[in-house]
Amino acid sequence: MRKDYNLEKRRYVIAGFILVIVVIYLVRLFSLQVVDDKYKYFADNNAFLRKTQYPGRGLMYDRNGELVVYNQPAYDVMMIPRDVKGLDTLDFCRTLGIDVEEFNRRMSEMKSSPNYSSYAPQRFMTHLTAQDYGRLQEKLYRYPGFYTQKRILRQYNYLAAANVLGNIREVNRRDIENDAEGYYASGDYTGDLGVERSYERYLRGEKGEEILMRDAYGRVQGRYENGAFDRAPVAGRDLKLSLDIRLQQYAESLMVNKIGAVVAIEPKTGEILCMVSSPTYDPTLLVGRERGKNYLALQDRKKNPYLPLFDRALNGAYPPGSTFKPTQGLIFLEEGVITPSTAYPCYAGYPYGGRKLKCHAHSSPREVKGALQTSCNAFFCYGFRNMIDSRSRYASAAEAFEVWKNYIVQLGYGYPLGVDLPHEGRGFIPNAKYYDKYYGQGRWSANTVISVSIGQGEVLATPLQIANFCATVANRGYFITPHVVKEIQDTVMPAGLLDVRKPDIDSRWFEAVAEGMRMAVTGGTCTKANIPDIEVAGKTGTAQNPHGKDHSAFIGFAPYDDPKIAVAVYVENGIWGATYGVPIGALVIEKYLTDSIRTERKYLEETMLNSSTLQNRVVGK
Amino acid sequence: MSENSLRRRSRANAEPGAFRSLDWFTIGLYLLLVTAGVVSIYAASYDFDHASIWSFSEFSGKQICWIGLSLLIGAAIMLTDYRMYETYAYPFYAFMLIVLVVTIFVAPDIKGSHSWLRFGPVSVQPAEFAKCAAALALAKLFNTYNFKLNSPSNYLKAIAIFLVPSFIIICQNETGSALTFFALFFVLYREGMSGIVLLAAVIAVAIFVVIMKYAENSVLAMAQGEFIVYMLIMLVMVFMAGLFAKSVKLMRLLFLGFGGLVAVAFILGAFEIVLPWKWIFMAAIIIAALYLVILSFRDHIRKLMVCGIFALGSLIFAFSVNTLFPLLQPHQQNRILVSLGITADPRGQGYNVNQSLIAIGSGGVTGKGFLNGTQTKLKYVPEQHTDFIFCTIGEEHGYVGTSAVLLLFLLLILRIISIAERQPTAFSRVYGYSVASIFIFHLCINVGMVIGLCPVIGIPLPFFSYGGSSLWGFTILLFILLRLDAARKLIRR
Repeated sequence: MRKDYNLEKRRYVIAGFILVIVVIYLVRLFSLQVVDDKYKYFADNNAFLRKTQYPGRGLMYDRNGELVVYNQPAYDVMMIPRDVKGLDTLDFCRTLGIDVEEFNRRMSEMKSSPNYSSYAPQRFMTHLTAQDYGRLQEKLYRYPGFYTQKRILRQYNYLAAANVLGNIREVNRRDIENDAEGYYASGDYTGDLGVERSYERYLRGEKGEEILMRDAYGRVQGRYENGAFDRAPVAGRDLKLSLDIRLQQYAESLMVNKIGAVVAIEPKTGEILCMVSSPTYDPTLLVGRERGKNYLALQDRKKNPYLPLFDRALNGAYPPGSTFKPTQGLIFLEEGVITPSTAYPCYAGYPYGGRKLKCHAHSSPREVKGALQTSCNAFFCYGFRNMIDSRSRYASAAEAFEVWKNYIVQLGYGYPLGVDLPHEGRGFIPNAKYYDKYYGQGRWSANTVISVSIGQGEVLATPLQIANFCATVANRGYFITPHVVKEIQDTVMPAGLLDVRKPDIDSRWFEAVAEGMRMAVTGGTCTKANIPDIEVAGKTGTAQNPHGKDHSAFIGFAPYDDPKIAVAVYVENGIWGATYGVPIGALVIEKYLTDSIRTERKYLEETMLNSSTLQNRVVGK
Repeated sequence: MSENSLRRRSRANAEPGAFRSLDWFTIGLYLLLVTAGVVSIYAASYDFDHASIWSFSEFSGKQICWIGLSLLIGAAIMLTDYRMYETYAYPFYAFMLIVLVVTIFVAPDIKGSHSWLRFGPVSVQPAEFAKCAAALALAKLFNTYNFKLNSPSNYLKAIAIFLVPSFIIICQNETGSALTFFALFFVLYREGMSGIVLLAAVIAVAIFVVIMKYAENSVLAMAQGEFIVYMLIMLVMVFMAGLFAKSVKLMRLLFLGFGGLVAVAFILGAFEIVLPWKWIFMAAIIIAALYLVILSFRDHIRKLMVCGIFALGSLIFAFSVNTLFPLLQPHQQNRILVSLGITADPRGQGYNVNQSLIAIGSGGVTGKGFLNGTQTKLKYVPEQHTDFIFCTIGEEHGYVGTSAVLLLFLLLILRIISIAERQPTAFSRVYGYSVASIFIFHLCINVGMVIGLCPVIGIPLPFFSYGGSSLWGFTILLFILLRLDAARKLIRR
């Protein structure tokens, strides 16, 4: 047969065709395999089940080594929606002890979550009890797509110090967005409130990861590279709190049915020995599945009118009342307004502008120590007026007031102290500008604002600040930022927390003020704190307020010469400082120093345990 | 000389030379591909707690058996008389047609397809052997004295030879295998069919893709894809007419006419006046096309006629795509749409392609190493040891592996074409081109599907995909060619 040479050339067309196709495919493969990285990422997501291994959270011990907060295992029910096949819903619900409605609710909740993906593990239910977990584990093979994940729940040995310890909760979207380190993932826990929050970085530990291989049916096929790339979790660091948990418990019991706060500090170290906010709550309420519900209830004024989640020790802004007077003595002495022997008269009060700031009956005239002993209002009013209105010392009332205010701030008032707890309040100390604005520049003088000299009026302080001031007096002139954590396992304490802070006031004046406070205990306003064998120094406070009867306050420290504890008590609507403040403060001191209450003082304990101030409160005003 | 003695003599002449003049290069390629194939199958079906590559209970073990059998078949073919293929081409073809038909009724239902014949433990897919039968029959047809592709009846005979089995296989519900037969149009092209037919096919595919891919947004009250097609037709007409008639005037006329129309459409559109532009554009193209046809008669420029017919044909095709497409089965529609990236459906049809892309893409330059592929091992890629075997190569051996396999196939196909061209008879040549065409089709579609460039059409990658039938089918196809080639020097020119 003859060959058609014209047609023979067509072989090049056919060969060219396959050549072009192969080149196109080679280019496509190059872009798929070499240029584009996204497929590697997809592949990893596809085949690797990255199972987070949650570390144990750091434990908390009190200053005496008592275990306060520990972990107990709990189990979350996880599911990968696309792997769920042929689920017998009824049987599943029965195993978990929920009804079908609950099941449907959880499913729809899960699906509406922003990070829902049918490929990725979803948390179906949290915190199974051990029994439920056991039941589920047995039947788990029947529910493809479901598995359990071990988590931890917090458990408390003492139902106390809920406000200090805080609790943990699941992270929300904001937490994840604000997390610069990228530690948190959906479903993680983070500290909420208290030490759990402020020491989160130490407590949380490091998450581990187990990389499992799974096939397209979601079945785990083994560990990737025999676990070579797995990371073991690192447990969180344990904390040793400065709290004495038994003292905390005791102080909380004394505050039962009272609203207010008790803060005790070890003066030399700034360690907080107890910090009570009353009413308090059971920390176990904020653990586990019921947390959300209970949290809302604690915030609900109808169910809990005194809002136990509000930490009064840290955030309550109270008029310090007469507990403020020692600060005035210190300032007047340091500024030379008075000398320790300067005496002012008091005829049942301080007359000004046709009015009279009343005082109670006591001998007159008194110098500063005696004034502290008797809590004389007039003395501090005169001192304040002589300071603020002294044009020989200060150019104006405003300038004098700024000097006054700076001392107060140095003594720890007006700003957060920097305690190692979240959300510390600052109280309120007015400055000259504040009054300029209120009364007009140059249109106010000492008498206009006279009540601040006795801790009333615009001045507000937190119980923590008041206690810190008491510790400053106990130290005769310095303090260390109060803190609740004493040691972090294998770590040094955060810088700055242990620095000594010293106001510009001579320790001589502190000595004088301390002496006056000692006199108040031995023969003044707080004789109930005069415990045999323990030299207590103290100062009562009675603060007028718009919420009903006067607030009852007390500051005290002991032993006088080598203070081991400085305490501040604040009982809302407690009438007199001596009514609740002194007994509670004295009992806390005695309990801490001797670990017991003398029989002859048991009556005080009885009274405090069984009394209530709630009826003294005017609600809604 | 009696026929018997002739045969005896010829065989005596053929035998000693056959082995020596065998194309060992092709056999080498064949062995290389088959070996790479079985290794890939082993990797693809490798489980973590896995038995050896030889175990008969595994795909790789079975495939090794099939390969052994293939080699026996290959050797047997080498021992046969080369003339018997031509002699028995038609009976073999007829026999295969009967088997194909019978299969429809005998075969068990496997996912809706009736294409497998069971013989005890072994299942055979007759469609794989029908390709060989069709190729031989086509070769025989072209070898008939003075047969040329010059009359409609001859075209019809040639096309019928491969479209009849294709149709029967469609009835078996094996569309993928059925489409393979269309590859034989390449052979017709080599044997004299006008290139315009192939060109028209390419244009048709292009129009189809554009219309399907850009069906969403609308321009001037029509789908974007439709608009693009009209614009392209107009543009091609302007240049084709100008070029063919060698007339700038004609070109300018068409350009201003079409351009003015489109400009008016857009200006009115800016004022939110929308006319039925779809029909107006179509009318304009028809009028222009008819004008070109008239011109071709008046000025005796035949090429202008081609231009007009091209325009009309394109228009009719574009118009009917929307009507024809819904006639396909839903899963076929879906496959095509997914492969064009129109439907993103990672759970349905798109799942396969998506997983396949992930597996290949994650391989990188050098791959994850033999048996280290996570995607294929963990069965993310469906049909990974059969239709999607290329994934395993991509994942475990990376770009190096995939390009090596593609280049090996390219080499094989080019070699087959060169073997076909060196044949002294039309029979051998046509048969050779048939083999080349079938390999081209399988390679393009299978790899194209795996890398997401073609619709998912379930056809195997020759020598790689698991399965005795396809391996034997391709082996027989190739070795018959080698047998014919070995005998080429015995045939007097």
